[in-house]
Amino acid sequence: MELRLNVVNIYKAYNNKEILKDCSFFFDRSAVYVLMGPNGSGKSTFLRICSLLENPDKGDINYLRENKTLNHDLNLRRKITLLLPEVGVFNTTVFNNVAYGLKIRGFKREQIQKKVQEALDFVSLTHKKNQNALTLSTGETKRMGIARAIVVEPEILFLDEPTASVDQENTEIIEHILLQLKQRLNSIIIIATHDKDSAERLGDFHLLLESGKIRKL
Amino acid sequence: MNFIIESFKQAFYLILNLDKQLLDIVVLSLKVSGIAVSIATLFGLPLGVLTGLKKFRGRSLLITLYNTFMGLPPVVVGLFLYLMLSRSGPFGFLNLLYTPTAMIIAQTILAFPIIVSLTHAATVRVNPSIKLTSFTLGATSLQTSFTIIREARYGIMVGIIAALGRVMAEVGAILIVGGNIEGYTRVMTTTIAMETDKGNFELATALGIILLAISFTINLLLFLIQKKGAIKHQWS
Repeated sequence: MELRLNVVNIYKAYNNKEILKDCSFFFDRSAVYVLMGPNGSGKSTFLRICSLLENPDKGDINYLRENKTLNHDLNLRRKITLLLPEVGVFNTTVFNNVAYGLKIRGFKREQIQKKVQEALDFVSLTHKKNQNALTLSTGETKRMGIARAIVVEPEILFLDEPTASVDQENTEIIEHILLQLKQRLNSIIIIATHDKDSAERLGDFHLLLESGKIRKL
Repeated sequence: MNFIIESFKQAFYLILNLDKQLLDIVVLSLKVSGIAVSIATLFGLPLGVLTGLKKFRGRSLLITLYNTFMGLPPVVVGLFLYLMLSRSGPFGFLNLLYTPTAMIIAQTILAFPIIVSLTHAATVRVNPSIKLTSFTLGATSLQTSFTIIREARYGIMVGIIAALGRVMAEVGAILIVGGNIEGYTRVMTTTIAMETDKGNFELATALGIILLAISFTINLLLFLIQKKGAIKHQWS
């Protein structure tokens, strides 16, 4: 049975400014949901709360399987992944960066080798696998971040502005990767973006975050 | 001028012939400083990481203390330790005064704040996105801490090597608690001071050359580590 996410009446404020206000949405099927909204509308906050990086001031984040609500523990955290807009880069090779999630999960060396190779092939970074990841371009860093996020085969994948600050060529490559990912992963993928064209091309469902609430378009 | 040239000639003769007295002094110096820095690292590294990662009451005071103790005058450490270890002191019953152990304790006290402070600084400098990324990829708190230590590794190594450089060159504390006993507590710096006083420049110069070579090696290592750790984004 697949993992589902039900966001129930969440509130979040920073410095007395309400960002999310009675915000609810049920991500009830495997599909690509594109979350749009102007800068500062709370898209990143929404993703950080959903991915358990932050707690809401009020409301519930319910992860469900077979109608049972799961505890917010390490086991659940390892089934969801968030790609941050500023991809954190470990000062080591591209290979080791992508292998990180597998290593901390205790995968064997041969499995790691195989899975990382596949992930790097998928984002076309195989030729850079032995290079220090800090020397990659912004677009390549984003692609490495995607490889690192999908290599652990998450059941729910959050992508926060995956094409922000990236040149046109890399934007097209990343969009192509995400479209392939859509076919490959039978998961819920939630992408936050302010790029309408990109949202049009990628999304099965289009959501708008406005005045602290989400509505389906 | 002639006596300087003669001293250097004799000094190189001692070094090239691997003079036993010279070697014993160098080995004891490396042993005392190596053990002291290892002990200081064992306790200083976790403490530096802890204050770098966790926010708790009294943290700022602790950081101020580390920084203050980084500049501890060695003679003051020597004096303090002498009072503690002398026969009438609280730890006099241990009979540690004028032993290599007392010298190791003195150098550990000098190295400890340097290692804690530079480890703390290196940990704090790690990009906050590393911690978040580690969390989002499913790491436990312990795994995240190890990841941050790994990212701070070059800064931490710089701290350890800087501490080694400081204690190797130190003379005040070990002279007070070690006593400069021949074949037992006599190390490079104390021998240089004593032999210069006596006018025996050959051994003093030979040890000076070796000490300078060690110092150069330490600084070269520092430079290489800092260079390796300074990889930046080339394009973004």
